[in-house]
Amino acid sequence: MLAKIKTPQLSRRGFLTAAGGAGVGLVVGLSLPGFAPKAARAATDGSFNPFVLIAPDGTVTVLAKHLDKGQGILTGLTTLVAEELDADWAQMRGDHAPADTEKYKNLFFGVQGTGGSTAIANSWQQYRKAGATARAMLVEAAAKQWGVAASEITVKKGVIAHASGKQAGFGDLAEAAAGIAAPADVALKDPSRFTLIGNPDLRRVDGVSKTDGSAIYTQDIVRPGMLYAAVAHPPRFGATVASFDAAAAKAVDGVEGVVQIPRGVAVLARDTWTAFKGRDALAVEWDESKAETRSTEAIFAEYRPLLDKAGTPARSDGDAEAALADAAQVVEADFEFPFLAHAAMEPMNAVVDAKPGTSVEIWTGSQLPTVDQNVAGQIAGVEPGQVTINVLLAGGSFGRRAVPNSDYIAEAVQIAVAIGGRAPVKLVWSREDDMAAGFYRPVYVHRLRAGLDADGKVVAWQHRIVGQSIVANTPFAGLIENGIDNTSVEGASNVPYKIPNIGVDLHTTDIGVPVLWWRAVGSTHTAYAVETMIDQVARAAGKDPVDFRMDLLSEHPRHAGVLKLAAEKANWGGPLPEGVHRGVAVHESFNSFVAQVAEVRVRDDGSMKVERVVCAVDCGVAVNPDQIKAQMEGGIGYGLGAAMRNEVTLTDGQVDQVNFDTYEPLRIDDMPKIEAYIVPSAEAPTGVGEPGTPVIAPAVANAVFEATGNLIKALPFARHGLV
Amino acid sequence: MAIDFTLNGEQTSVEAAEDTPLLWVVRDTLGLTGTKFGCGIALCGACTVHVDGVAMRSCQTTVGDVAGASVTTIEGLESAEGRALQQAWRELDVVQCGYCQSGQIMQAADLLAMTPSPTDEDIDSAMYGNVCRCATYHRIRAGIHRAAEILKA
Repeated sequence: MLAKIKTPQLSRRGFLTAAGGAGVGLVVGLSLPGFAPKAARAATDGSFNPFVLIAPDGTVTVLAKHLDKGQGILTGLTTLVAEELDADWAQMRGDHAPADTEKYKNLFFGVQGTGGSTAIANSWQQYRKAGATARAMLVEAAAKQWGVAASEITVKKGVIAHASGKQAGFGDLAEAAAGIAAPADVALKDPSRFTLIGNPDLRRVDGVSKTDGSAIYTQDIVRPGMLYAAVAHPPRFGATVASFDAAAAKAVDGVEGVVQIPRGVAVLARDTWTAFKGRDALAVEWDESKAETRSTEAIFAEYRPLLDKAGTPARSDGDAEAALADAAQVVEADFEFPFLAHAAMEPMNAVVDAKPGTSVEIWTGSQLPTVDQNVAGQIAGVEPGQVTINVLLAGGSFGRRAVPNSDYIAEAVQIAVAIGGRAPVKLVWSREDDMAAGFYRPVYVHRLRAGLDADGKVVAWQHRIVGQSIVANTPFAGLIENGIDNTSVEGASNVPYKIPNIGVDLHTTDIGVPVLWWRAVGSTHTAYAVETMIDQVARAAGKDPVDFRMDLLSEHPRHAGVLKLAAEKANWGGPLPEGVHRGVAVHESFNSFVAQVAEVRVRDDGSMKVERVVCAVDCGVAVNPDQIKAQMEGGIGYGLGAAMRNEVTLTDGQVDQVNFDTYEPLRIDDMPKIEAYIVPSAEAPTGVGEPGTPVIAPAVANAVFEATGNLIKALPFARHGLV
Repeated sequence: MAIDFTLNGEQTSVEAAEDTPLLWVVRDTLGLTGTKFGCGIALCGACTVHVDGVAMRSCQTTVGDVAGASVTTIEGLESAEGRALQQAWRELDVVQCGYCQSGQIMQAADLLAMTPSPTDEDIDSAMYGNVCRCATYHRIRAGIHRAAEILKA
């Protein structure tokens, strides 16, 4: 069990299975040809060419194979190279690599992709090796030029020097070095010699361009002759165009064309505003015969009875049902979790220049370039290799830009193909298009029952989950093993607490609402159920919530380590201001460990404010400590905002929340003071983009219980008047 | 019709319908893309610019509204407050995805121009309308305090 859990989210083996499944036409007819045999080969490309560019002026550009959507991976990968290169941080730059699966695949996935908080984890050795290789080549070039032994040459802060007094910068030697054969093997630094890895004073490589307006996102791309496109989408998932009248749209000054595409009708115009106006003027009749017309309340009502029936087992230690029957005391609760939208600041978009049958060039913040290449190639009738993707900074994503059917990119390519490639097309989604497009965190309901014996010891833990599979009916469907989509149960099936009888089972449902991974994926709901329930059990046993967890974590030192550190730093058990209460939670996701203590003020009128959060994280070697803290801060805010106020509901299949008036985002006055601490570690680094997010909601809920005696079982908190 | 205004200190004339949002004129017509589109209904602040020195949402300000006025975008933010904020943002690495940060800085520059030593409450109240989905709020507060310090030095 443990070994399986330790496997990264999308293991190479898993992905290959997925690819095989897709090959037989499982889903959208999407196949992922070409990469399977190559993926089986480890990336041995040690030459610095794919990852490191050194300009004559001495600037070093690191090409990141992962998408920076805010989490700081351009900075992270640049740090790995700079460390081994012995560069000066000031000469380092970071940029995105283009789509090229062979060169830039995620070593855990076998395809090019960013997700599962794997970017640093899978690149840790590869990018260091790239830096070390480049350094060796520069040293070799210097040795040749100066007629000295390479072993006598030193490199420090970007200066290559010899005892004779000779010295040079990287730029001086770049051309000569690039002509030298890359060494087959290079030694990496001992961590004791790190000066950049672990250095809290390094600033982000994109800190200037993101504060003077010069950073370029997809939204900012302009191509010669480009047309702007807006699409009229169906009001319900699964509906299609029956007929449309484009006359009024075409009459709008500046509208250049109207075309039908599979999911709607696109208006092309000379600028964004005109495209929106043209779209508003369209009259479209929709065929809703195959549309999803259920309301969210109906979906919950269909799910609830399934809690009474055993599902497909995801974990069976001992006999949980028998132990529950024999228990002296049973604590139980049902939980309900809503659909959630990612609601990234930059609505989804893509720029496409298509030459149907010949080539496609795309500009977008792509989280899955290999998949996007395949989808685009299939639409435009070209091979994936003829699809160029220029990967751009993304204005947030939280998973939304990793879509198995490349929804918005596909839409842009369809439009470009529909106009025969006569102009490049920028597809701009409005906030409403973005929010109503689906690909939500699925709805789930849970039932958790815990049994205690007469001494207050937990002897049984039975956890049932009902909800949609994220990977079913996608090219990732091969990740489903023995009927279990791990993204539905992760965080529950690997519950770390030492309990002799544990059962976790799953009912996978079929709903016509597109769903997707949402920052921290399964843990967004499982951590809430597990961590509020274990608190309830501690209380039933008459124990302190921290002590109780520590006793059950004797075999999980990294969970225990973060819990201990967070409790200490929060002065757990110490005095608090009047009206303020503490709650705690600890959770592992994506092989990183996070504990949080929340201090929550609950006022007499029912309103609440999370005033302070103390967070401890163990993510192995801390590459960029300040960015790790930033991810904890942001992850806490993202999780807190959703838990407090967010839900996407459907009324007769129509999405009710399409902008920030009804899907109210966390705002600055909601943001607690946050202290983040990092557990020192020599373990290989793991990710931090997601693991901070799932811990905050249960920590806050446990504090609210402390204050009110009520456990919030249905999210968001706003449903219960806690605002 | 032709509409004249000053943009980042330069006299500018655009051909546009008066009711066109200033946001799209600045971005699509004039090619200054630092000002961002986030929600289109003035609820996120990503499109914040200064009109005659005051922070405004350019998605709900029409180009007709700014005829004869002076518009400043992030590209032209050269006030002492703006410079201090940019320095503070870089020192503290406030940004994550960065998409909202032009708007955050424009709004914060307006705050500091009127309130040179803001409290946390002043900051929360002035910055309430600027959404950051990466939730960098913790550092935005710290960044504004740091900029206030820089301005006093």
